[in-house]
Amino acid sequence: MADFFAMHGYAAYVWPAYAVFAIALIADAVAPVFAHRRILRDLAGRLRRAASRKSP
Amino acid sequence: MKPGTASAACIALLRRDLLLVWRRRGDALNPLLFAIIVVALFPFALGPETTVLARIAAGTIFVAVLLAMLLSLDALFRSDLEDGSLEQLVLSPHPLSLLLGCKILVHWSTTALPLIVVAPLLAQLLQLPAQVLPVLLAALALATPLLSLIGAVCVALTVGMRRSGMLLTLLVLPLIVPALIFGAGACNAAQDGFAYAAPLLWLGAWLAMAAILAPLAAAAALRISLT
Amino acid sequence: MNPLLLWFHKLGSPPYFYRFAGRWLPWLYAIALVTGAIGFYGGLALAPADYQQGDSFRIMYVHVPCAWMSLFAYLFMAANGFVALVWRIKLSEILAMASAPIGAAFTFVTLVTGSLWGKPTWGTWWTWDARLTSELVLLFLYFGVIGLYHAIEDRRQAARAAAFLALVGIVNLPIVHYSVIWWNTLHQGSTVSFLGPSKISADMLWPLLTVAFATHVYFFASLFARARVALLELESGKDWVRGLLPATEAAHG
Repeated sequence: MADFFAMHGYAAYVWPAYAVFAIALIADAVAPVFAHRRILRDLAGRLRRAASRKSP
Repeated sequence: MKPGTASAACIALLRRDLLLVWRRRGDALNPLLFAIIVVALFPFALGPETTVLARIAAGTIFVAVLLAMLLSLDALFRSDLEDGSLEQLVLSPHPLSLLLGCKILVHWSTTALPLIVVAPLLAQLLQLPAQVLPVLLAALALATPLLSLIGAVCVALTVGMRRSGMLLTLLVLPLIVPALIFGAGACNAAQDGFAYAAPLLWLGAWLAMAAILAPLAAAAALRISLT
Repeated sequence: MNPLLLWFHKLGSPPYFYRFAGRWLPWLYAIALVTGAIGFYGGLALAPADYQQGDSFRIMYVHVPCAWMSLFAYLFMAANGFVALVWRIKLSEILAMASAPIGAAFTFVTLVTGSLWGKPTWGTWWTWDARLTSELVLLFLYFGVIGLYHAIEDRRQAARAAAFLALVGIVNLPIVHYSVIWWNTLHQGSTVSFLGPSKISADMLWPLLTVAFATHVYFFASLFARARVALLELESGKDWVRGLLPATEAAHG
């Protein structure tokens, strides 16, 4: 197992490459989730404000 | 020439744009001064040794000329947008691509042509070997219209924006990389005694394609930006 | 009408696409995750070490699929941009603009992993290898498209302008590529070719193709997620978007 992680001396290059791949893709996948939530929240807030203006 | 024809419109536009440049001829010299200053900075940074300067001369001149043209590109449509004549051009019955082609021609002849004229001076400042100078001039003559043409497409896309300078640079530079590679590459090849015709022919072929497509693309881009 | 064509037309309608993409999203992410895990296991553990490059060649399993994706995303963006400009389909504008950041991410990963691969193979972090240089230019093209899209106020006009830029870029991309190859041969002679078609053996190849499949599926998952967000933003005033919110709040509005 340790041999696998050592990559015969290339661990310093192989694992960062996979880490960059994982980080970039996770960041790319998470960004729309947050944006989606933010938009729905903004929209709900806007509707609530519009409703409270109409029916005080 | 009958008034109302497309050629009459082109000539009127050329005359008007050249007159506008002439009235503000001080501004028109700015790219020239910019290029000279940029080129003059390199010996300060790299030291005055002739061999070093001669090695980088062609590339430096190319980059300086392209940057100087890029600076002036920003203003290509600005005054026309401000006084409303750009909308008139779009609405005119003549093909918009033809009219934009005239504007691009004016831009090239008022910014690139002076730069090509001072290129021998820049070459002297950087100790460019004399036998490379004709190649440099030929490469500049082929590469600068490309920048005017491709730049015009990008300017047309950013025309409505207030601060488009940096963005314009970002849009134009990746597209213009081949002009730099072939142009400066031809000079370097000539300097090393290799054949330099191929990159110049590439530039010529690309220029022929861009001269046809870029005005059409600029017209389409302008219609997108102005709707 | 042909049912497939009908479905295609329905897909162009924002509420339908929003629901369709939402239904497929978890499945696409799951397929990408599973196939990606299989491919990486095959690439990292099962495939034999390369006789020349040792274990450093295993970077190939992230580098090459990302490089393919960087081009695929650009082609996808340009194709959708073309559809958006010619037929003015709103969804195509959104898909074109949604693929730009994903493609930029893949291009970025390609450059970084290429650099990490270059250090043990060539001895430097960066070399002006023809393909790396083309990727760098491609990254700048992506930045240009994204920058233009965010610089224009009106979302639809911004999408059309950026899509047009993507099309200009795709006309120019072959010229960039061949100029870089010419420049490269002038300066340093052709570099080592990693992926000679005959050199790679089957037990090295299948993980590569599996990861490539996974990244394609991931691309569409991320594309759908981003397109859903962009649709909500664009259509925020429409009834179908209000219907997504809890009914009590929508009832008053």
